[in-house]
This record gives sequence, C-alpha cells and structure tokens, in this order.
Amino acid sequence: MLSRDSKAGIHLHYEFEVQGGDFAKAGTASSRVKRILQQIGTDAEIVRRVAVACYEAEMNVVIHAHHGTVVLDADLDSVRVTVADEGPGIEDIELAMMPGFSTAPDSIREMGFGAGMGLPNMKNCSSEFNITSEKGVGTTVRMVFDNA
Amino acid sequence: MLDEKQTQNYFHSVHLAEDKCKGCVNCIKHCPTEAIRVREGKANITEVRCIDCGECVRICPNQAKIVVADSMARLAEFKHNVAMPAPAIYGQFREGTKPSQVLATLLTIGFDDVVDVAFGADIVAKRIREELEKPGEIRPLISSACPAVVRLIQVRFPNLIEHILPVITPMRLAARIARTEAKRRTGLPDSEVGIWFITPCPGKVSAINESAGFTDVCVTGAIPIAEVYPLIREKMVRDPEEIDRLVSKLHRGSGLGIGWGRSGGENQSIGGSKQIAVDGIHNVIQILEDVERGKLSEIDYIEAQACVGGCVGGVLTVENSFITRRRLRLIAAEAAEEIERVENDPLAKEALDHEAWFAHDAPIEPRPTLKLDDDRAVAIRKMEQMEEILNSLPGLDCGSCGAPNCQALAEDVVRGLATEMDCVFKLRERVCQLAEEMMLLSEKLPPAMRQALKNKEEKNAPGADSEQLGP
Repeated sequence: MLSRDSKAGIHLHYEFEVQGGDFAKAGTASSRVKRILQQIGTDAEIVRRVAVACYEAEMNVVIHAHHGTVVLDADLDSVRVTVADEGPGIEDIELAMMPGFSTAPDSIREMGFGAGMGLPNMKNCSSEFNITSEKGVGTTVRMVFDNA
Repeated sequence: MLDEKQTQNYFHSVHLAEDKCKGCVNCIKHCPTEAIRVREGKANITEVRCIDCGECVRICPNQAKIVVADSMARLAEFKHNVAMPAPAIYGQFREGTKPSQVLATLLTIGFDDVVDVAFGADIVAKRIREELEKPGEIRPLISSACPAVVRLIQVRFPNLIEHILPVITPMRLAARIARTEAKRRTGLPDSEVGIWFITPCPGKVSAINESAGFTDVCVTGAIPIAEVYPLIREKMVRDPEEIDRLVSKLHRGSGLGIGWGRSGGENQSIGGSKQIAVDGIHNVIQILEDVERGKLSEIDYIEAQACVGGCVGGVLTVENSFITRRRLRLIAAEAAEEIERVENDPLAKEALDHEAWFAHDAPIEPRPTLKLDDDRAVAIRKMEQMEEILNSLPGLDCGSCGAPNCQALAEDVVRGLATEMDCVFKLRERVCQLAEEMMLLSEKLPPAMRQALKNKEEKNAPGADSEQLGP
C-alpha cells in the first residue's frame, strides 16, 4: 500500500486537441477520456457521466469554435474535465444555460446537433460546473466529477 | 484484472488447434476485444476478453481456430430428442426449398420432435412490442438475441448493461416451450430429453453451455448447422403429403419469425419506426460508443448482430451469407401471414401468459477487463508508465511482438505480461546500442596493460612518425 503522502502526488494529466468544424473526428477526445477513466478503474456511473458531458463539450467546440483543447485531470478522489476553446464566445451565459436555447445554425441542427441541451446536460452530469466566456475570444467549461 | 480466477466461470466454444497455428498476426489484428496474443509461436486466447464472436475463426488462413460444439452422436444419450433449428438454416438450401421441408427432414435424421426457433421469435417479438410501448426511461434498448453482442457489452461497455432488453432470446423461449411440450408428449423426466439448438455460430454454443448470465438448463446442447446440413441435403423429404403429415403437429414459426435470421428481420418482426439494425461486430462497437455518448435519443431499439448480414453470416453456416440473406427475405415475405397460425397456437398463448418465461434467469453481470489495477493509485501509476512506454514504441502496430498494436503491448508490459524488448524494433535498437558499447569497450585497456602499450608506442615512435610522413 502507498502511504498517504505518496498518494497526494498521484495525478494524471492529459490534453487533447479538438479542431473546429471537423465533424468526422468529433468524439475522438471524449472516447480517449472514457477509455483512460475505465483503465484507472473509475466507477462505471462516473464514467458514464463524464462520457456524456465530455462529448457534449467536445461537440460544442466542433460546432461553434475554431479550435479547442480537452484537458483531463484525474486523481484518487475526482475527475476534472476542462474544455477551452478559441471561438466566438457566449454573449449571455444565463440564456445559453436554458434548456432548448441554441445559436446553432439550421445546417448544424439538420445534422442532429444544436438542440440546446448541451450545456444543461453537462451541468446535470457533473458535480461542479463552471463556465466563463469572453465575446470574440472564447469559452472555457470546467467540470468536476466526484469519484464518490 | 486479467487473472486466472476469473477465467474459470467463462465457457468458450472457440479454441485453438495448436498444430495448425503458424503464429501469424491475422487473428490478433481482427479480434474486436484484443483478446488474442501470439506466445511461443501460437495464438493464445485471453479467456476473460473473448466474446466468442467467431471473427478469428473467419479470418484464420490456416483453419487453426476451431469451434467445439456438440455432435449428432450425442442424440444416443437421450430417449427423446428435440431439434430447435435457428432461422438461418432455411436459407442454406437450394432456391425454392420450403421451411416445412427442412422441418420434416429433421424428423427423419434422428430427431423425434422439432420446435422452430422462429416460433419462439414470433412470440418474443410480440413481447418486445409490449416492452417498447411501456413508458420506460432507459432507451434505446439493445436486443439480447446475439450472445456475442451481449458479451461485448459485458466486457467493453459495462455501462450499457441496463440497456440490454429484459426479455430472453427466441432460442431460450423455444427451449422452454420444447421442454414443456416434451414432458406432456412423452412423460419422460428432463434428464432423458435432449433439446438441441441447431446453431449458426459459436456464440450460441457458449451461451448455452455457460453457467454465468443465463443459468437456464433447458437447452442440452448446440449442434452446428454445418454438421446437420449434409444430413438434411441427403434425406430431403420432397413428397408434399409426407411433408404435411410430418409437420402438422410441429410448432412452426411464420415468415416474420424466420426473418430474424438476417439483419433487419428482427425489427421487421417487431414493427415500428424508432429502431435501427446494426450488423458486423465493428459497426456494433461504433454504435455502442454513440449510445454511451447519449447520442441516440431518437432511437428506441437497436437490433445488433456480431456477424455481417446477421445470423446467416455465422461461421457455422454453409452458404454465402449474401445469398442466404436474400432467400430469408423471400421466405419472410411469402410466409408473413402465417403469424396468425402462430398466434392461435395454444402454446404461444400459454407462453404469453407466463411473464416469468420471458425473464433472464440471472442478472447480466459486468465483466470489465480494461482496469489496470484494483488499487486506483497503482492503476494511475501504471497508466503513466504505459504512456511512457507507448511513446518509446515505433507506433507501426506491426504485431510482431504478439500483441495487436503498440498500445496493447504497452498495456501488456505494465500488466507484467510482456517486456518492451518483445518489440523487434526496440530489440534491434538495443542490439545496436550493445554493439556500440562493445566497440567502445574493445578500445579500453586495463591500467596494467596501458603502461606496457605506452612503452611500446614510445619505442616505435620514430617508425610511427616516418609512417605518418609517408614515402
């Protein structure tokens, strides 16, 4: 067994690039995240929630932004997923958080995305949810999933 | 964790014929669960990961992957034998061969009775329709009919177990009906009645023999379609009156039930529009990934089959699956109305009155195999090591190390099942390094010899100089 002190330093860090507009590869980062969490023995329910939330966040980058990164940090107690993008930013976050609200154009909706459930879904899946955005610069979503 | 203890509960029908295996990399590359490793020149199957889909049986160029199933010889062990042919069997014979002919012929090659699995399918379809009409919160439901898909979910998608349809397979229901009927018709105890599934695939052989998951003891064993095929061909009953006489008492399926033997047939039999049919194990994996992402919100039901084309594509069938697929489609269209006969069959009504007949015997348990260690801290450490190792590997995924790709080798190394030097490129690198070290060492001299050499050099100095100056 590892001592308490040595356990404090146990931490995984991964970064995945996401290309805006690349629908063919969309979902790759969240698949990798899911597999890593399964390999380190994360509780199945947490894996399920991270898989859904991370995919939604990744899709938001693909749909709305030019470029973004999915960052995974996992330690003994929790899983953190941070998705930051360089994109148009969100004008009114409160409005964006409303279920059903979407700024996705029809072309995206026709592909089955942009139903306006992305952000509310991420919030529902995570134990802590934080979103910051600057118009014309980009958006960052921070999610924490407790490994309870 | 992949340890010995776990393997003992899993029955497998796919085995290796060691003498035929050349240790090539074909099977390790095609295994959807990365369950095979070449060790000491032979392809070893990691039992906890194997889902008995039969992909390796299909791909092996040396016929070294074999399916161990029951044979017709076992019928001698029982007083009364009942055949349960899988729908895929009806597509194996020449164009125009009627399902009733096949059923009648089964009664002439050693079986005393036949219960058509398509009959079970017709009844199960009705039950699934009811299930889909219930306002359930778990959608999409995933068909339980293909045992390789169910195992795939247990092994690779344990999160999706709750999506598996809570209704048994047509084969299981047919078996319950067959048991009930055999008891009534013969009065024999269960131990003297043999119930035989005529199977298109190794997955069903395993599902029948396995104790975990489905503990149903109704089915005695599984005999490959390929073994029964020549016997039926030889004895095919052709006289219409004889056929009618033989099949009059049998529980036969409709064209819709028979349709279950091909991809899309199950959905057609159930009816409705919020369903999709996915065939081919790699396509099934992709769709399950999408279910995990929560992407399939508009779909209620997924008919998923490991084999391309559905059961007709099983490795224990005889005819080309694209041909059998068409034949089953024609049969389904011709005999769809026979569903009325099925619905009026008293045993079908009796089955539908027994809610318990449709329940899985045991809960379907997760069998996760990805976890690197039970201790999360150790697992995280191993994960880090794995990334380091992976970065040092060439990334060619050549398979020469015996693992299907570099990622799998890195995983095997941290699990203690392989070493980095199993990689031929790493090995060559190391040999080069050693050769260089040897060169350097060969130039080094122990101190005692160094002085002697110095003296020698001094002595020869003028000569050496003149040599350097040249003529």
